[in-house]
Amino acid sequence: MSPVNPTRRQTLGLTAVLAGALSLAACNRGGGEAGAEGGGGGGTVMLSVSTQTNPFFVQLVDGARKAAEELGLTLEVQDASDDASTQANHLQNAITQGVACVIVNPTDSDAVSASIEALNAAEIPVIAVDRNATSGELVSYIASDNVAGGAQAAQALAEAIEDTGQILVLQGVPGASATRDRGQGFTEEIANHGDIEVVAEQTANFDRAEGLNVATNLLQANPDVVGIFAHNDEMALGAIEALGPRAGSEVFVVGFDGTGNGLAAVEAGTMHATIAQQPGELGAQAVEQAQTVVEGGSPEAEVQVDVVVVTAENVSEYL
Amino acid sequence: MTATAQTTSPTRRSTLSKVGHWAMNNGALVGLILLCIGLFIATPAFLTIPNIINIGIQAAVVAILAFGMTFVIVTAGIDLSVGSVAALGAMVSAYSFASLNLPGILTVVVGLGVGMLAGSISGLAIAYGKLPAFIATLAMMSIARGLTLVVSNGTPIDTSDTVNIFGSRVAGIPVPIFAMVLAGVVCWFILSRTVLGRSMYAVGGNIEAARLSGIPVKRVLVWVYALSGLFAGLAGLVLAGRLRSAGPQAGSGYELDAIAAVVIGGASLAGGSGRATGTLIGAILLAVIRNGLNILNVSSFWQQVVIGCVIALAVGFDVFRRKTDS
Repeated sequence: MSPVNPTRRQTLGLTAVLAGALSLAACNRGGGEAGAEGGGGGGTVMLSVSTQTNPFFVQLVDGARKAAEELGLTLEVQDASDDASTQANHLQNAITQGVACVIVNPTDSDAVSASIEALNAAEIPVIAVDRNATSGELVSYIASDNVAGGAQAAQALAEAIEDTGQILVLQGVPGASATRDRGQGFTEEIANHGDIEVVAEQTANFDRAEGLNVATNLLQANPDVVGIFAHNDEMALGAIEALGPRAGSEVFVVGFDGTGNGLAAVEAGTMHATIAQQPGELGAQAVEQAQTVVEGGSPEAEVQVDVVVVTAENVSEYL
Repeated sequence: MTATAQTTSPTRRSTLSKVGHWAMNNGALVGLILLCIGLFIATPAFLTIPNIINIGIQAAVVAILAFGMTFVIVTAGIDLSVGSVAALGAMVSAYSFASLNLPGILTVVVGLGVGMLAGSISGLAIAYGKLPAFIATLAMMSIARGLTLVVSNGTPIDTSDTVNIFGSRVAGIPVPIFAMVLAGVVCWFILSRTVLGRSMYAVGGNIEAARLSGIPVKRVLVWVYALSGLFAGLAGLVLAGRLRSAGPQAGSGYELDAIAAVVIGGASLAGGSGRATGTLIGAILLAVIRNGLNILNVSSFWQQVVIGCVIALAVGFDVFRRKTDS
């Protein structure tokens, strides 16, 4: 899902300074661990995950572990704690350990590239999950199908407003891949519903407070709006605040991500639908591709994991 | 108040040149009026009572942060931590309500207190630790954001009903606007009616001279950043109250809007000048631009270009005015 983190760029400078100081210590520590495992690298697959403080990635790891157990694969999970240099160390260790395959969920698509190139040089196949890498060779990339998700959102919204009326779109961070893909899928599908008119498309940067402000402004200019699609749940929740009691009765809001708050709003009836990703499935698919690699087969270059539409009817399955 | 209060030479000016002089001295206000006229012509949805109230509500958070920032910039400092500190104050307040079951009024005190504490720490680091303000507050920005994530575990937390009042309407009056006006009056009062305020101008004008004339420079600086933190705490409560929840990423990037508002309002980053009224105009100008761009449905790519140009124009105009005056 690539949860967009606007503070990352700001803190990067400071992190870089600290990372320099810490990397040596971390290297040593990591090396010790690898040694302790007694060269069990042979058939091992390493999963380097960006963070375990976000429930999305916890579910991703759970899915991967479960699949590995079923397939009888040894899976070694490393948590990078959202720090690019920690992840670099883990991937460095993977080379010294001589693991059979690496599954990486990058903390940062740019920062991970150097490590992936190093793994390429060591002839260890690399699979990326959820986030891609800017350079370096991947044998497989597993991600949610955001374009299809955008189209599913359009269908859900069209159904709610009975294929007619004016709608607003709250876009994510301009230029981000989630913004592009979700927007593309939505725009293409909504064009098939001729009587629906997108009267305004504005960014609220994936942020709830901005979602509230922008939706308020747009509703001011377009009082006859009957539906709102937001590129993530946070902005959808902001739009719901802007609508007040009209949310869910006069104006239908569709979000994306299926976060805890988003699902709660679907249950409460203020959000009509959210498009949920399946993080467990992402992890499981990554492990399945890794299994293929370990056995010497050729994995699929790109695996698109389906997203699901969650409405009041099926929300209880996801809560 | 010092550098901005220009003495008008007692010559026989025509009314026109008086108007011209006034306009030169109030560049941001003139810009705001021109912008409003332009938007009114462009779209009838702009100049309606509900929309004007919306703009006030939407300006509130940045305006409150910017009032706190005014103290800092008057002393030639900078506070990059206000957005994160606002988020931290709101988050600890929400946590104290949700997990510790503190009564509503205490959750407000906690939010403001956390903000002021974080500001005081920056202030101490700057005044006594000799850290440059840029670095000390950059560090605080990172620390406060990190602590917000630690406390929240990365997910939004619901705020108490008392905090929610900060984002709602009481007897028809939007509380964010009330909070903004209150913060503005406090800022104006401190800057122009207290010894502390005058000391801030002295420190910003010439720190060495201020020290030699017996002003307790270090204590003044700690107060300045403590006030900035306190105002950030208030802004955080308004932000969270409007959403009825405190978000882990709330307020990121707001420090830059706050700095822009202060500078658009006529303060100099070199210190020694700045007024509460100017800051208010700066914050409202930013809110009007965003509101207008939304209503006109301008592409989000272009919005950032427009906002950048307006900031550059406003400040450029001010620099030009100072040059012609001197």
